[in-house]
Amino acid sequence: MTEMAHGTVIVHTGDAVIPRWWSTIDRVTLGCIFGLFAIGILLGFAASPPLAERNGHEPFYYVIRQAAFGGLALSVMVLVSMMSPTSVRRWGVIGFFLAVAAVALLPVFGTDYGMGATRWYSLGFASLQPSEFLKPVFVVFTAWMMAASQEVAGPPGKSVSLFVTVMIVGFLALQPDFGQAALIIFAWGVIYFVAGAPMLILMILAGVVASVGVLAYNSSEHFQRRIDGFLSDEVGENTQLGFATDAIREGGLFGTGLGEGSVKWTLPDAHTDFIIAVAAEEYGFVLVAVIIALFLTIALRSYFRLMKERDPFARLAGTGLVSLLALQAFINMGVAVRLLPAKGMTLPFVSYGGSSLIATGIAVGMLLVFTRTRPQGDIADHLLTRSR
Amino acid sequence: MSLRIPLRPLTRILDARARGENPDNVEKENLRLRHEAQRDRLRLRAESRLLLVAFVFVAAFGAVGYKMAALATSEPSEPRILSQGPTILNTRADITDRHGRLLATNFATNALYAHPQDIIYPRRVADGLAAIFPEMDADDLYRRFTGDSRFIWLRRYISPEQEQMVHDIGSPGLLFGPREMRLYPNGSIASHILGGASFGEEAVNAAEVIGVAGIEAHFDEELRDPARVEPLMLSLDLTVQSAVEEVLAGGMALMNARGAAAVLMDVHTGEVISMASLPDFDPNARPRPLLEGDQADSPLFNRAVQGVYELGSVFKTFTIAQALELDLFSPSDMIDTTGPLRMAGFAIRDFSNYGPEQSMADVLIHSSNIGTARIARVIGAARQENFLASLNLLEPTNVELVEAPSGRPLTPPRWGELATMTISYGHGVSTSPLHLAAAYSTIVNGGTEITPTLVRRETPQNGERIISEATSVAMRALLRAVVTEGTASFGEVEGYSVGGKTGTADLPRPNGGYYEDRNLNTFASAFPMDDPQYVLIVTLQEAAELSGPEPRRTAGWTAVPVAAEIIRRTAPLLGLRPDIEHPIGLQLSNASQ
Repeated sequence: MTEMAHGTVIVHTGDAVIPRWWSTIDRVTLGCIFGLFAIGILLGFAASPPLAERNGHEPFYYVIRQAAFGGLALSVMVLVSMMSPTSVRRWGVIGFFLAVAAVALLPVFGTDYGMGATRWYSLGFASLQPSEFLKPVFVVFTAWMMAASQEVAGPPGKSVSLFVTVMIVGFLALQPDFGQAALIIFAWGVIYFVAGAPMLILMILAGVVASVGVLAYNSSEHFQRRIDGFLSDEVGENTQLGFATDAIREGGLFGTGLGEGSVKWTLPDAHTDFIIAVAAEEYGFVLVAVIIALFLTIALRSYFRLMKERDPFARLAGTGLVSLLALQAFINMGVAVRLLPAKGMTLPFVSYGGSSLIATGIAVGMLLVFTRTRPQGDIADHLLTRSR
Repeated sequence: MSLRIPLRPLTRILDARARGENPDNVEKENLRLRHEAQRDRLRLRAESRLLLVAFVFVAAFGAVGYKMAALATSEPSEPRILSQGPTILNTRADITDRHGRLLATNFATNALYAHPQDIIYPRRVADGLAAIFPEMDADDLYRRFTGDSRFIWLRRYISPEQEQMVHDIGSPGLLFGPREMRLYPNGSIASHILGGASFGEEAVNAAEVIGVAGIEAHFDEELRDPARVEPLMLSLDLTVQSAVEEVLAGGMALMNARGAAAVLMDVHTGEVISMASLPDFDPNARPRPLLEGDQADSPLFNRAVQGVYELGSVFKTFTIAQALELDLFSPSDMIDTTGPLRMAGFAIRDFSNYGPEQSMADVLIHSSNIGTARIARVIGAARQENFLASLNLLEPTNVELVEAPSGRPLTPPRWGELATMTISYGHGVSTSPLHLAAAYSTIVNGGTEITPTLVRRETPQNGERIISEATSVAMRALLRAVVTEGTASFGEVEGYSVGGKTGTADLPRPNGGYYEDRNLNTFASAFPMDDPQYVLIVTLQEAAELSGPEPRRTAGWTAVPVAAEIIRRTAPLLGLRPDIEHPIGLQLSNASQ
C-alpha cells in the first residue's frame, strides 16, 4: 500500500514471455494439433490392444506409452514455439549437423531389428530413428541457405543446399529408406520453389527425380513389388491394402461403433501406417473427414500466415515444415485409399511411435515460431508500435 | 531489371564530393534500395507460389476425402461371375508322396451368405444362426438383416453339420456357395514342405485356392491348371517323414535343443525323401508371421532350407576330398598338427591335443582343425572356392520351394588365406542343411553332381563329375572310420554300416564374435557305407546333453545319437536289408567331438 501511495508501482521490465506467446501464436493450429493428438489416443485405445496382446503386454500398454511420449512431444512443441526465429535458426543448424552425423553413423552403430534396413539406434527402453529428427532441422538449414543466397553478395546457398541434399539422400538410400529420402527431396524442392526457382530448372529437376525413380524401380526388387502392386487393378484380398479397403467400406459413414472393428486384428500395422483404416472402420467417414479437415486447416492457416511474412528465412522455413507435415499426412491417407502406392509412413500425431511423435513435435513447434504474428511493416504494425 | 540504376552514379558522387560527404554512402544507399526491391519482388513471387502450393494440398486432401467417402458409401457388392469375365476356377490338384499317399487334397464345403431382402422372419433367423455359430451375435445379425444391405457374407466356409443346421432353420434368403477347402490330412507332417494355401478371389459360386508358401506356392500355377488331372507326386515318403519328425522331436527334447532340422536324400536321384524342421506348425491353420524379432524364431521358418549356418567340421570332408582329388596327400601322409596355429592374429586350436603330427585319415577321424587348416593352405584359396562352388555350396538351392532363394549361402567378403583355413573346417561359409545333403551325396555317390529335388523322379541324375570315382571310394572308407574309431562312435547302427562326419560349430553372436556355450551340432551321415544309398543330415541348435556331470555340447553326444536312431527307424522303411553277416560291436566310448 505504501508503495502505491508513493507511486512506485513495481514494473516488470522483462518480457512477459507467456502472454506475448499466447497473443501472437497461431492458436487455431495449436488447437488442431491437440485435437489430432487426442484422436490419436482415442484410436490407440482401439488399434493397439491386439498388438499388445500379441507381444504379451497388458491391453493398454501402447496407449500409455503413446500418452507419455505425446505429453513429452507436446511440451517440447510448446517450448520450441516460444523461441525466436533467430534462435530456431541457430539451434536448428547445430541440430542439423548432429542429425547428419547420426544418420551417417547408422551403418556403424545402428540396429535393423531384423527388418533388413538399418534405420534405428537402440536405446534400450525405446528406439530412435535419427532421420525423423533430421527432417525439421534439414528444413531450417535449407531455408537459411536459400534466404542467405537472396542477400546481395550472399553465399551460393542454392548450390550448397542442393549438394547437402544429394549427400543426405545418398545416406538415406544406403539404409535403405526411400520414403524419408523422398520427403527430404520434396522439402528441398518446395523451399526452392517458394524461394523463386526459375521454371526451367524446376522442370529439369523434376525430370532428374523421375529418372532416379525409374532407376530405383529397375534396381530394387522391394520397390518394384510395391509399385507393381499399386498398378495392378485388383487388390489382393489378404494384403494389408485389401484389409484396409474392406475396413473403410465396412465403416461406412458412421462406423461400426467403438471396439466393434475387426481390421485391427488382421492388420499388422493397424496402429501405425494404417491407423486411418481403424478410424474409418470404428468411427466411420465422419472421423476421417475431421482428421482431413484438421490437417488441411493447419496447412492452409500456415500458408496464409507465411504469405504475409516479410522475412525470407521465416517464410521458407515455415513453408518447408508445414509442407512436410501435410505431405506426410497425405501419403499416409492416400495409401490407405489406394491413391498412392504402398509406402510405410506414419500419420503425424495420430500414429503410434515415440521418436516420430517427438520429432513431429519439434517440427510443429518450429512451424509455430515462424507463423507467429510479427510486425510485418504494414500500416497497422507501425501504428501499433507508435501507440506503445 | 529493365532500368538498372548504377550503384555509383557519377553525378551523385560528384555532388556528394562537392558537399564534402563520403561518396561511399551513396553506394550503400543504392545497394540497400536494390536489395529492398529484390526482396519485394521475391516476396510477391513467393506469395503466388505459396498460394499454388496451398491449392495443390487442398486438391490432394480433397482427393483423399473424396476417395474415402466413395469407398465408405459403396456397398460390398455381391460378387457374381460375369459371363464375359474370366471365371474363377476352384480346381486344385492333390499332392501325394512318392507312393501316392495323400499329402494335400481338397474338401468340398460351402460358404454361407444372405440376401436380407428375402428373409421373412429376420429375428428368428438371427437367433437361429447365433445358436449355430458361436462367434455370431443375434442382435448384430438382426440389425444387419433389417438394414439396407442386399448382400451379406456370413461365413467363409462351414462344416456339413453346420450346413444341415442352417437348412433346418428353413428360411429363404440364406444361401450357400460351393467352396473347395485345402486340407492337409496329416496335420503338421511335412508342414514346411507343403507350406499352405488360402482363398484368393472369391465369388458366390466359387473361390480360388492359392498357395501361399512352400511347394503349394512354388507350383501354384501348375496345381491350378484345370487341364491337369494327375496329382503332383513328391519325392517324400510319408512314413519315413513321419518317423524322422517323431525321432527328431524326441531327440530335440532329450538334448534340450532350441531347434532341429533333418534332411534325408537319395544320393543318386537327389530326391529329398524326408525333410523336417522343428518347431513346426499345422498347414491347415498357418500361424501368423512374427511381427517383430528374428523371423528365424518363427515356426514358419524352414531351418533345413532357409537357415544358413556355419556348419563346422562337417566341411572338413570337402577339404580332405579335394586334397585326395588333387593328389596333394594320401590318407596315410603325416600332417603337422602342432598347435595352436597362429595366423594374422588369429589362433586355430583343436578340441584336444593330438600330438605333433597325424595322418590325414586321423585328421578327419579325430577332427583336427589345425591339420585341416594346414591341408587347406596347400590347396589355396582359389581352388577351394572353385571346389565348394562346384559342390553348389555357394549359391541358393533351387529346390522346389518358394522359400529356397532366401537360403542364400554367406561367403567371406575377401577369400584370403585366413578365410581359406577357417572355411576348411566350416567357419566362414554359411550354408543350409539341404546344401550339405546335396554336397555329401556328391562325395559318396561316386562323385557326380546332385541338385536336390522334392519331385519324384525314377532315374539317377548322372550329373557332371565333380570328383573321381576313386576319391569317392576313399572318402567312403574315411567317413566310415569316423564312426568306427572317431568322433561319431554313437552313430553305429548294426547292419547298416553308417559313415559320416560330426560338426560342432559355435553359434555367432548377433553383434559379432561367437557364443562360448551355444553350438550348432551337425551330423552329416551316409549309409550303407559299402554302397551308399542315402545321406542323412541332422542338425540340433543349442543342444546340450545333461546326463553327465557337465553339459556335453558336442555333436558326437547330441546330433549323432539322434541321427543313429533315425537311421535305425527309417532304413527298414526305405527297404534296405541289414547286413547281419558281418556284425560289428557297438562302441560307446571315446565320443568326443
